[in-house]
Amino acid sequence: MVLYYNIMKSDKIIDKKEVKHISRLARLDLKDEEIDYFARQLDAIIHYIGQLKKVDTSKVEPTSHPLPISNVFREDIVRPSLKREAVMNGAPDKEEQLFKVPRIITEEF
Amino acid sequence: MGLNRETACRLAEMARGGGINPEDIITDTLGRISEVDGKIKAFVDITERDTLLRKAGERKKGRLSGIPVAVKDNICQAGRPATCASKILHGFSPPYNATVVDKLEGEGALLFGRTNMDEFAFGSSCETSCYGATRNPWDTERIPGGSSGGSAAAVAADETILAIGSDTGGSIRQPAALCGVVGLKPTYGRVSRYGLIAFASSLDQIGPITKDVADCALLLGVIAGHDERDSTSANVPVPDYGSFLNLDISGLKAGIPKEYFVKGIDTEVDKSVRSAIETFKKLGVKTVELSLPHTEYAVSAYYIIAPAEASSNLARFDGVQYGYRDAAADNIVDMFSATRSGGFGEEVKRRLMLGTYALSSGYYDAYYLKAMKVRTRIKEDFDGAFKKCDFIITPTSPSPAFKIGEKSGDPLAMYLSDIYTIPANLAGIPGISLPCGFTSAGLPIGLQILAAPFREDTIIKTAHAFERAADFRKKKPSL
Repeated sequence: MVLYYNIMKSDKIIDKKEVKHISRLARLDLKDEEIDYFARQLDAIIHYIGQLKKVDTSKVEPTSHPLPISNVFREDIVRPSLKREAVMNGAPDKEEQLFKVPRIITEEF
Repeated sequence: MGLNRETACRLAEMARGGGINPEDIITDTLGRISEVDGKIKAFVDITERDTLLRKAGERKKGRLSGIPVAVKDNICQAGRPATCASKILHGFSPPYNATVVDKLEGEGALLFGRTNMDEFAFGSSCETSCYGATRNPWDTERIPGGSSGGSAAAVAADETILAIGSDTGGSIRQPAALCGVVGLKPTYGRVSRYGLIAFASSLDQIGPITKDVADCALLLGVIAGHDERDSTSANVPVPDYGSFLNLDISGLKAGIPKEYFVKGIDTEVDKSVRSAIETFKKLGVKTVELSLPHTEYAVSAYYIIAPAEASSNLARFDGVQYGYRDAAADNIVDMFSATRSGGFGEEVKRRLMLGTYALSSGYYDAYYLKAMKVRTRIKEDFDGAFKKCDFIITPTSPSPAFKIGEKSGDPLAMYLSDIYTIPANLAGIPGISLPCGFTSAGLPIGLQILAAPFREDTIIKTAHAFERAADFRKKKPSL
């Protein structure tokens, strides 16, 4: 049972390089000391999670959802929706009816 | 008059007798909030007295007419801030109501305020909130549990009559246990998630946090039901949950899973839950020992599935449509990264990284797919168990409320504190936590009752019978 845990320090699964790569994918800009810190913690967590390997799942279907669900259909009819101003109101920056963002293309082609 | 100390059912009874004025409920409840919330910090936003009086003045008839309800800060309420206790949603007020909020207001409830939580509901202690930690009313040096810690603490401290929380891995039941109140996670799909800011969409459920089981039945009846705005909400009729109160439960079978009573559980918690099992026996319940053999893998499967879903749900927080933006960057990708790095707290970053890792190229089969298969195993354990019993009794949490800061440096230790509540989310089954005793230091202990999908009726029936037989409601925290 798992109310306590033991971690073998020897084999690292996640190193700093991997953490840097993941942080880019997750659109997080981490400082060097954060990368160190998360590398250690994520490695401990992933080690713990590695116990899943012990479960025989060779003939098991994955569950992506707890209850059986199927597609939900409805008539394609126009219904009232939120006012545009109400939706745009929370935006940090906007112009007329548009969300405003910094440059998207940074290189000259 | 102390009306804030009453339950919703009792207030409704008093109102029928014509003995109370809705203004007095508002005065007493706001009075209590201003008296104790400086210590408890359960609320992150409190509705103005004038707004409440105006709403009460409408004299709207309904099952919750004039009853104060506190709503967790991740459930949208038009025109009030909804921040998930995160800097990244600073300044955001949604333009629409969650279905649950519509239903509460439709029954005449008064929404008194928004309650504190772990940031984006990632946590078991309320410590990761950008507003700072909520305190446990039974000992303000301790955590109230999480992530719906603000809702549970507000109910325990009589700062509201009812509260709404959300539960992805125990976030209603664990704080209810640690604060000595009643908290129910309904079956997945029982309550609409429309307007709940998503954490892990296949696990999240909204549910009631209340002072007793009768109020839990009342509030569940109000919020449950099919909603065409949530395609995962179940089209299953909602029974009158109040009709399952005061029933004889003799002859029912309770399953006792051996995997939940093992080394590592606090001895006082263990003793208290075992004594609750004896109480059930006195009520005529038969007990059967069960095995849920995949219990020990639940935390691992959960910490793949929940962060994976969260990492994709939280991709929308990028400084474009709402909330905080780091305006210094001169191109959009740098703006995304700077906004997210500055707007999210440490635990959110940790889980987004974990989820991104589990879904990233080369690791998907080893982690995410494997976890979904183990989830099937956990669900099969419960399917088998409910062929042998009507309900399952377990502790809610392996320990009572811990000290603020005690586990915040060790994420894995924090994750393991949800070992008893996570399996119900993975299997989609309903579960309640209700008080079953106190430690020698005076901290509340929670008992968990689990039932098969859509058998909230069994939960209400058995929990209410237990509550009547072993009443822990009279004791209140001294603040």
